Amino acid sequence: MKYMPLVWRNLTRRKTRTIFTILSIAVAFVLFGVLAALNVAFSQGVELAGNDRLIIQHKVSLIQLLPESYQARLETTPGVVDVLHQTWFGGIYQKPSNFFMQCPVVPDRLLKLYPEYVLPADQKKAFLSDRTCAIVGRQTANRFGFKVGDRVPIQATIWRKKGGATNWEFNVCGIYDGDKKGVDTTSLFFNYEYFDEARQFGQGLVGWYVIRINDPAQAPEIAERIDAMFANSFAETKTTTEKAFLQAFANQIGDIGLIIRGIVTAVFFTILLVAANTMAQAVRERTSELAVLKTLGFSDGLVLTLVLLESCAIAIIGGAIGLGLAWLLTQGGDPTNGMLPAFYLPTADLGRGALFALGLGIVSGIMPAMQAMRLRIVDALRRT
Amino acid sequence: MMRTIVGWLSQVVVVTLLNLRTIGQRLGSSAVSVVGIAGVVVVFVAVLSMAEGFRKTMATTGSPDTAIVMRSGADSEMVSILTLDDMRIVGDAVGVRRGEKGPLVSGELFVIVDLAKRSSNTTANVPLRGVGSNAFAIRPNIKIVQGRMFESGRNELIVGKGAAGQFAGTEVGHTVRWGQNQWTVVGVFDAGGTISDSEIWCDAGVLQPAYRRGSSYQTAYVKLESAEAFAKFKDALTTDPRLNLKVVRETDYFAEQSQMVSTMITTLGSIIALLMGIGAIFGAVNTMYSAVSARTREIATLRALGFGGGPVVVSVLAESLLLALIGGAIGGAVAYVGFNGFQTSTINWQTFSQVAFAFAVTPGLIVAGIVYALVMGLLGGLLPAVRAARLPIVSALREL
Repeated sequence: MKYMPLVWRNLTRRKTRTIFTILSIAVAFVLFGVLAALNVAFSQGVELAGNDRLIIQHKVSLIQLLPESYQARLETTPGVVDVLHQTWFGGIYQKPSNFFMQCPVVPDRLLKLYPEYVLPADQKKAFLSDRTCAIVGRQTANRFGFKVGDRVPIQATIWRKKGGATNWEFNVCGIYDGDKKGVDTTSLFFNYEYFDEARQFGQGLVGWYVIRINDPAQAPEIAERIDAMFANSFAETKTTTEKAFLQAFANQIGDIGLIIRGIVTAVFFTILLVAANTMAQAVRERTSELAVLKTLGFSDGLVLTLVLLESCAIAIIGGAIGLGLAWLLTQGGDPTNGMLPAFYLPTADLGRGALFALGLGIVSGIMPAMQAMRLRIVDALRRT
Repeated sequence: MMRTIVGWLSQVVVVTLLNLRTIGQRLGSSAVSVVGIAGVVVVFVAVLSMAEGFRKTMATTGSPDTAIVMRSGADSEMVSILTLDDMRIVGDAVGVRRGEKGPLVSGELFVIVDLAKRSSNTTANVPLRGVGSNAFAIRPNIKIVQGRMFESGRNELIVGKGAAGQFAGTEVGHTVRWGQNQWTVVGVFDAGGTISDSEIWCDAGVLQPAYRRGSSYQTAYVKLESAEAFAKFKDALTTDPRLNLKVVRETDYFAEQSQMVSTMITTLGSIIALLMGIGAIFGAVNTMYSAVSARTREIATLRALGFGGGPVVVSVLAESLLLALIGGAIGGAVAYVGFNGFQTSTINWQTFSQVAFAFAVTPGLIVAGIVYALVMGLLGGLLPAVRAARLPIVSALREL
């Protein structure tokens, strides 16, 4: 510890260089943090998918509808615990770019299938009992300033009301939160009964089913059983785990995600390379000083430690600033308004970032530190 | 007065040339700075070329003398529906161009089918369009490049060349099964890089029963007498009390459909490019500081000989800008070679279906990348240049 002032003196010897090195490392780690958030976002929250949930969709494509009558048959299928159907409403709030999902559901089934949606008790009660009640996720509520008690007008694109009207109004009587970071809180859910009675056509048809099974290990067998049950009917099904469903959807975004991530990774390492080079140079410049230290009786190991301490200090300060900024930047959530709802910086990646910073300090310091350690005093003193 | 200006200028030239000639001695740190800036420019150009390619695909789709008719309230083809009666009235409206076999109107269906994406082998939403016999007269840029056209009344498919490249099972001769219908791929078409290249086409008359659409369509594509005829055509349909329709120009429709994705790519790309730019500036600052400190004695000598501070500032900035220019040019070239024309596909949220497109590294983007590099060089060189001019001559001469 008593050598800290010496390390500090060395760091402040060329203040501008130290500051700019720290800053460029900080930028690299901001990028690292944004990259981590993008990774989560482009995988559409696959990590958070319940492994006991399966999605049942029409075999041809998600846009084909399934009969509501499948619900009763699914409920009696061995291994199935809960069943929920959802339907894409696809409405517009004010203008098309204000995109968020609206979905008619049976309220108690929704809350059973998705325990990660958290509602205050009174709002939950209203949602379960009042047919005109809709609940909105925190992120969308914040985005448009929806409050409990508001009436939200939505223009239908698919589902007209009887008589041809396209304007639906929903009473916001609850705002739900996620029970952990990254839970998608962008959707609006409203009562299916109300929807089914009011819509002009398609009565008794729903978009897709979400089911909970009692044993995740049985998922392939149960999926097979369900698809076999509806085989050769006019609405054949395709059952996948929620994870596979989200993964397939994430893959649809395709190369764009991959390329952006690839690029950011490349840049992260480029910046680190530049920073490491600067730090190494800072040590090389002081060869003669290190020789003087050794003349004064500093051991080889101590010189090695001192040099390493210096590079680690720079890397860790830079890394901490960068990760802190990245954390702040990602607090605002999805920067694209609804296309990447799961945009957040996972805590695990913060830890990984800190390790990277330490690694950077050691790697960039080790070469010059080894040289410093092996330095023969006479040679070094003569060199200047 | 004149003489002092000329004198100053000649000093600038001399010092700058001297400076540039000695870059070779500082190759290592100069190279680091060049690589840093080149990296930023590659990313900047690559990401924006992706957005540009996507936008271009959507923007070149359609011609101004074609109109799309949908049900009012529908924001994309997929959610629209038109009855046979609607279709008849549309065909009789003013402004519609007439061919040998009556009005050039194509009733179309637009649905989504699941196919495996080649790159990931997971299912993707591929657009399947059922078209009328006039579809090819309305879109004259579409040509069959392999196999043949589908025959009307048969379960046959032709595949856009973008879709053929991205999705498995689209080879000519292949059969695919969707629901209870079996389809045969009989041809591949080239739509000149427009959105249609991402689609699979078949006869609308076959798609109607397969998807239980009866005699209804989703949209009508209408060739107009001229681009100017759009207004009267639109007025005729939107004021007709029997109808509840929406009329948009084909070009406007596809430009609108590209907004969400190109905004997303541009937003993410700009954030990343900005952050990286800041990082590269810090790198450039360090490089130029070490360049200045390596030349401390040289600069001091020049000052002692009577050279002014201004020329020294200019010379350092010139070095920094030159390095940035080299970096920018390398970056632009790498982006062009590595990314231009690269085929990929993504999901368009607005139509919930896949769009195949190619990265487009345009000259404008390369120029923008080089300008960005020069800005980085300028900002990176500024502080070190001032430091160089302010060096105290006496102590600098003594420095090792």
